[in-house]
Amino acid sequence: MSNFWSWWIIIITAIIIVGSFVVLHLTRKMEDNGEETTGHVYDGIEEYNNPLPKWWLNLFYITLVFSMGYLFLYPGLGSYKGYFNWSQESNWEEEVAEAEKVYGPVFAQYQDTPIKELIKDENAMDIGRRIFLNVCAACHGSDASGAPGFPNLTDNDWLYGGTPEKIVETLVNGRQGAMMAFGEQLNEEQISQLTSYVVSLSGMTAPEKEIAAGEKLFAANCVACHGADAKGNQMIGAPNLTDNIWLYSRSRKVIARTIRNGRNGNMPAHKEILGDAKLHLVAAYVYSLSNKK
Amino acid sequence: MKHETIEKNIGLMGILVLIVISFGGLAEIVPLFFLKETTKPVEGLRPYTALEMEGRDIYIREGCNVCHSQMVRPFRAETERYGSYSVAGEHVWEHPFLWGSKRTGPDLARVGGRYSDEWHRVHLRNPRIVVPESNMPGFPWLEENVLDGELTAEKLRIFKEHFGVPYTDEQIANAKAEVAGKTELDAVVAYLQSLGHAAPK
Repeated sequence: MSNFWSWWIIIITAIIIVGSFVVLHLTRKMEDNGEETTGHVYDGIEEYNNPLPKWWLNLFYITLVFSMGYLFLYPGLGSYKGYFNWSQESNWEEEVAEAEKVYGPVFAQYQDTPIKELIKDENAMDIGRRIFLNVCAACHGSDASGAPGFPNLTDNDWLYGGTPEKIVETLVNGRQGAMMAFGEQLNEEQISQLTSYVVSLSGMTAPEKEIAAGEKLFAANCVACHGADAKGNQMIGAPNLTDNIWLYSRSRKVIARTIRNGRNGNMPAHKEILGDAKLHLVAAYVYSLSNKK
Repeated sequence: MKHETIEKNIGLMGILVLIVISFGGLAEIVPLFFLKETTKPVEGLRPYTALEMEGRDIYIREGCNVCHSQMVRPFRAETERYGSYSVAGEHVWEHPFLWGSKRTGPDLARVGGRYSDEWHRVHLRNPRIVVPESNMPGFPWLEENVLDGELTAEKLRIFKEHFGVPYTDEQIANAKAEVAGKTELDAVVAYLQSLGHAAPK
């Protein structure tokens, strides 16, 4: 704050305090004139003109004194920081530092335990579950069973790998999954054939003729990511298409839409949001969902 | 001057009341228009893109700001949940600002990048698809309404000329093309993903 505005605030505040005192002092009424009335008469009802009770009047003076005390102790007068040197920033920093002292070790104590060991620790899993509910449940659901487009984390089926290392990697950096759109290259008939082939891989029924045609289309368009055996590729997050587990939906309509428009699956990076210690705990919790001790 | 004089001259009392109140404003409000802390953009702040600007207007139209605040206060409980606390310099180009004071839903000042675009799309259509406990209404019409961008350039121009937001002529010229054909849902998601982009670390 520049000196000008600092003094601007100080001077106006001083004027207000002194002015309030002067107005109060000049307009107060001290003497009690007994039966004196204000002169108003309404339906024969008159109003006494008594002075304000002493304690009431004094309250006004006390507020003035209070304001001066307050402005001395706390920041309020321009750049003056106040006797206590209080600020909302430093207040926040202290609050955070204090909490870190208490809660920091709670999270940090598990940091060196390997995730495979950690899932046997019930306390750690409780903490991990709490963090999961706060941070992850909005997409993956409070029971971690996911939602259309948001993977189920309880079924031991993994897009990017389910080892502790891979789960941590997913949490730290996030994931950018992309399936390209085939609506330009393929016509609706071909999309339908491809859909038939894809559902047949999971054992669902589809017209035989479409399946055969779809298999050729699959070999030409899809194997680069999903593999010749359609078992997917965890390096790039391409799902296994043979296990009857569906990220979006098993319905033909949705599968056709996926082929036509492509998909963009994006898991945001959580390194900054969680910090290392909490990330380790939540990774262990996620691992535990598919790997019961 | 006796109290009686003031009390019996309503005009005089009015003037004195006005003086007293304006003094409070002179000390508390006027400096804010000139202080560096409240008028200088924070590092990394960029104006809303044309699409984000439209999204912001839809956000206001749908009354999102009635339930969602956009200001993280400097308390641990808030920074723990949302991220770093808000500072004035993040909001110098907000007209009107959408800080809000009531949270039926969570604060959104740091929501950008927190969820995927796809999540926002699903969630805006029907929040219960992804958050069964949610009591937020769905906004299914957003994905059906298509923007024509007729007024977008005008909006950017007003922000540039009246509020000093540094839009380039190029941005204003391209505004319509950037927006036309996109759905309202696209715009709202773009806006939401931009929130907190200049948050101090």
